[in-house]
Amino acid sequence: MQNLTAYELAQRIAAREVSAREAAEVANARVEEVEEDVNAFVTTTPELALERAGRVDGRLQGGENGGVRLWETVPTTVKDVLSTRGVRTTCGSRILEDFTPLYDASALLNFGEDLVMVGKANMDEFAMGSSTENSAYRPTRNPWGLGRVPGGSSGGSAAAVAAGEGWWALGTDTGGSVRQPAALCGIVGLKPTYGRVSRHGLIAFGSSLDVIGPMTRDVRDAALLLQAIAGHDPHDSTSANVEVPDYLAELENGVEGLRIGLVTELMDERIDAGVREIVADVANSLEAAGAEVGEASLPHAYYALEAYYIIAPAEVSSNLARFDGVRYGLRVSADGVHEMYRKTREEGFGDEAKRRIMLGTYALSAGYYDAYYAQAQKVRTKIIEDFRAALHRYDVLLSPTSPSVAFELGSKTGDPLAMYLQDICAVPASLAGIPAISVPGGLSDGLPVGVQLMSDHFTEPLLLRAARAAEQVADFEFTLKP
Amino acid sequence: MISEEQVRHVANLARLGLTDEEIGRIGGQLGAILESIDKIGELDLADVPPTANPLHLTNVLRPDEPRGELPREEALSVAPDPVDALFAVPRID
Repeated sequence: MQNLTAYELAQRIAAREVSAREAAEVANARVEEVEEDVNAFVTTTPELALERAGRVDGRLQGGENGGVRLWETVPTTVKDVLSTRGVRTTCGSRILEDFTPLYDASALLNFGEDLVMVGKANMDEFAMGSSTENSAYRPTRNPWGLGRVPGGSSGGSAAAVAAGEGWWALGTDTGGSVRQPAALCGIVGLKPTYGRVSRHGLIAFGSSLDVIGPMTRDVRDAALLLQAIAGHDPHDSTSANVEVPDYLAELENGVEGLRIGLVTELMDERIDAGVREIVADVANSLEAAGAEVGEASLPHAYYALEAYYIIAPAEVSSNLARFDGVRYGLRVSADGVHEMYRKTREEGFGDEAKRRIMLGTYALSAGYYDAYYAQAQKVRTKIIEDFRAALHRYDVLLSPTSPSVAFELGSKTGDPLAMYLQDICAVPASLAGIPAISVPGGLSDGLPVGVQLMSDHFTEPLLLRAARAAEQVADFEFTLKP
Repeated sequence: MISEEQVRHVANLARLGLTDEEIGRIGGQLGAILESIDKIGELDLADVPPTANPLHLTNVLRPDEPRGELPREEALSVAPDPVDALFAVPRID
């Protein structure tokens, strides 16, 4: 059972060949077996998984499988940034160490009351980071090499999927936080179109960028999990009131006739040669499979990282203002209210959160607003225009997901700028709000390399179809690690 | 570069306590980050409109209908210092 994809597992459960409870037991056993090495979770919830899986099995006894949808039966890992009613949600931060939400994130509502949750996955504090080393708890290790990082910020979710601690996971992506860890852990990670999935109950980082996305064993699993979480939500005014299509319908249609553009600016010397080689191999294989492959240009991609590191910190400095020791979370006592704010935030936030709050506050402060924040928002417009032109010529764009394979724990923690460079391939799609997916393309020095595909707003069916073809031509097979 | 005085000013705007060691270290890192992002100033974007939301949404409205909200006791149950159905705070200075 352990080697099935989530989709295959769900089919077997629907056919009553195995029970949801048996699947939950297998997931729990795997957590028991590898968690000491991997550290994928802040909180594990084995009893809750069993109890809810038992209820799912009960419902499956009804006619037509009791109306249970395929995804509801699959043991799931949830990033600790998503609110889960009654289950501690830390966001990787000391400031929320004892916080238990009062409601579930809207993205989880299609799982009903019985989300078979294996646990809450570790992450960089408030989803800021590319290695999960910014967690206030402990670093997660990459199942492919326990001395290496899993990427971030959804590093716990990625490591859990690679290690089989749950069949799939939910992550969140602001500037690559689903895609980069997926690439480094050899799994599939999808960032849907901005607004495709409700952000209600997702603890906010960059509100104009944040998207919840599937992290899975293969592309079909990603399509199924997206089906479960996509949709409009009156509780999130930025969620899109756009019909949700059937994400599995066109999946197996292949790439014949599709126009695929390899992004020149994301294939330069900033990207490791071994990574570029694998991306080029996948492009060639897609061409051999019948796609038309050419070169695409996003001239302002050279400014995307800089614009992102103004816009995201500006939004975070505003979003993290809510952590003030008044309504929830940590409070450090002090004489007056202002000293209480300062002490609570000093003690509750880690280094990266403090750096970004400072950077964002500076960029928004009097005298600097136009030079930084307003200019970055204009760069954002130019990047959107670049994508519009490129996606007029091509159906799908191709690039690396990350400039390198998984790096060693501790090797970038002292140098924030070096860490930020991990995001260079991911942030253009984030700024444009378009969907993007990372698919394992092969191995370089024995470690997984992710290939990124991007397409226009709300064209996930097309993107998933191309990604499905890419994973089939790639020299890579999902196997549990370690 | 960013001066120590500026770092303290920004920390105060953000209501963020920093130790002297953090002022020095984070201040130095901020300087390096700002130097790198200054690159976007190279672009002449005087006539380019800014983007705040990638889907260009503006003024999303919903019908003004009453709906259930969290009961007060429940909302207060996660507060550090709930007093008489209110959020209590230290002296406002």
